[in-house]
Amino acid sequence: MKIVALRRWRPAALLWVGLMCGALVLGAVDGAPAQAPAPADPWPGLARDLFQGRPVANDDSVVLEAPIRAEDAAIVPMTLRLKAAGLRQATLVVDQNPMPMAAAFAFGETAGVTFIATRVRVNSYTNVHAVGETSDGTLHAQAKFVKAAGGCSAPAVKNMDEAAAHLGQMKYREFKSAEAGRRETQIMIRHPNNSGMQMDQITHLYIPAHYIDKVVVRQGETLIFSMEGGISLSEDPNFRFSYAPNGAKTISVEAHDTKGNVFKQEWPVGDAS
Amino acid sequence: MRPQMMVRRVILTLIVALSCESSAAAAGFALDEIAPGVFAHQGQISLMDAENKGDIANIGAIVGDDAIAVIDTGGSLIEAKSFIDALQQKTPKPIRYVINTHAHPDHIFGNGAFVGPNVIFVGHKNLPRALAARGAFYLESFRAAMGEALDGVIIVGPTITVDKTTTLDLGGRKINLQAWNVAHSDCDLTVLDAQTGTLFAGDLLFVQHVPIVDGSLLGFLDVAEDLAKIPAVRVVPGHGPLIASWPKALDDERAYLTRLTADLRAAIKKGDIVAETASLAGQSQRGNWRLFDKYNGRNATTGFAELEWEAP
Repeated sequence: MKIVALRRWRPAALLWVGLMCGALVLGAVDGAPAQAPAPADPWPGLARDLFQGRPVANDDSVVLEAPIRAEDAAIVPMTLRLKAAGLRQATLVVDQNPMPMAAAFAFGETAGVTFIATRVRVNSYTNVHAVGETSDGTLHAQAKFVKAAGGCSAPAVKNMDEAAAHLGQMKYREFKSAEAGRRETQIMIRHPNNSGMQMDQITHLYIPAHYIDKVVVRQGETLIFSMEGGISLSEDPNFRFSYAPNGAKTISVEAHDTKGNVFKQEWPVGDAS
Repeated sequence: MRPQMMVRRVILTLIVALSCESSAAAAGFALDEIAPGVFAHQGQISLMDAENKGDIANIGAIVGDDAIAVIDTGGSLIEAKSFIDALQQKTPKPIRYVINTHAHPDHIFGNGAFVGPNVIFVGHKNLPRALAARGAFYLESFRAAMGEALDGVIIVGPTITVDKTTTLDLGGRKINLQAWNVAHSDCDLTVLDAQTGTLFAGDLLFVQHVPIVDGSLLGFLDVAEDLAKIPAVRVVPGHGPLIASWPKALDDERAYLTRLTADLRAAIKKGDIVAETASLAGQSQRGNWRLFDKYNGRNATTGFAELEWEAP
């Protein structure tokens, strides 16, 4: 039997947290009563920042599949279907999140990716944008509105010890592709993808960000896709995608995180479940 | 009366005097003596909103010769003040311990009403981490549903934490606290009053209210199995009717979690994607639970992401 006293949790510190949280609440009350006004649409500003003010057409070049409501705020599935010929890049943006750019994918020229599915965190009611760039340099967007999860669901890691204990572990699966001439594959990477915006109550410091910021997937030596990611990507980043096989015997993954860790793994094609 | 107690009384009187809402709400606040010196209040089976003022979880108190231990504080300061009022009508003893069974808003948002120089907050060793990761988000995200009922709510973390087990002495009465591995959440704590055999299970036990998985599906099943071994006479679930028979009360929850696990494993094996699985897994349990449609899809999503790591 053991009680671990948090010695650094002094009454003064407690008060400090209390006051800070209280201030946050009061701040919200001052500005608005129960019904806060709808927040301004951040998309025009985001589009300007992410795409340097280039024109963005709204069309079906990239079709975004998103749930109407986030069931679990920490794990919201998103699928990008690449419809237009010559799509070189696709960016997934969760407009209302603290760091909206969830993932920017760049596809190999001969990769033949027709879809890529991943999971994101959704903090509040938000538009999610998928923006594709074709080889002629034009941008094509599609947006879906996603309602926030209810109840005690939070965009936070559920099992922090598990995530830390298996950091960088990967899993690879193959599926029967519904499309002729394509293979379908899933790659999973154990990582808390910690947002770094949470305040540690004991040290009163913000927990440093620790997330996967780059993933490169190849068949043989040839790029299928690379991804640059942020904290809006769910813990244990997960990618399911199709590609056109080039006869290579292996699929390899190289993942980098913000602490400089590099995780590498390679699997023989056709040898997974 | 000791000076400390006098100070407490003055503070409590002030709190009561300052809040006219509180006494009005207290009139309708049911606090039952479910065993000698053990009190419990049943929350509504609902989501937290402005109307119910966050009063959706079961909360309670155990009274010793010297002091009271409170188990969870409810979903708002309004509820917590009603709770304190009702408790003061039952006993003049001071509240020494405030135990939080985990980090969810319906169990901790009332903490601020209990803050005082002699009040010790107690939680699982992972509770501070969970509050750090989620507290600010909860305060922000519940404003829309709660409106003014959220006013004054602050996040108060534990003064002491429990690594595995610990015993608190309330004066002639000992209560046993147990910290569990990841299950409903990653900071679940239960409280057993040895004298009456009353177990406060927190959200490790859901009755009628569909169980919520915010930690680990498999962990929840494991912990439920171990929890059943506790030699309790009666149990207060985190949600649902106040007194449940023990350990039979766990049967429905375990049946639900087992069904969901089996459905998810089958879907994963088949190669289904998480989005479609979320709307199908566990549906055969739908008729057995309240709030099923609010939480089953979430449990399925959470469980899918966990079970995907199993072979194959």
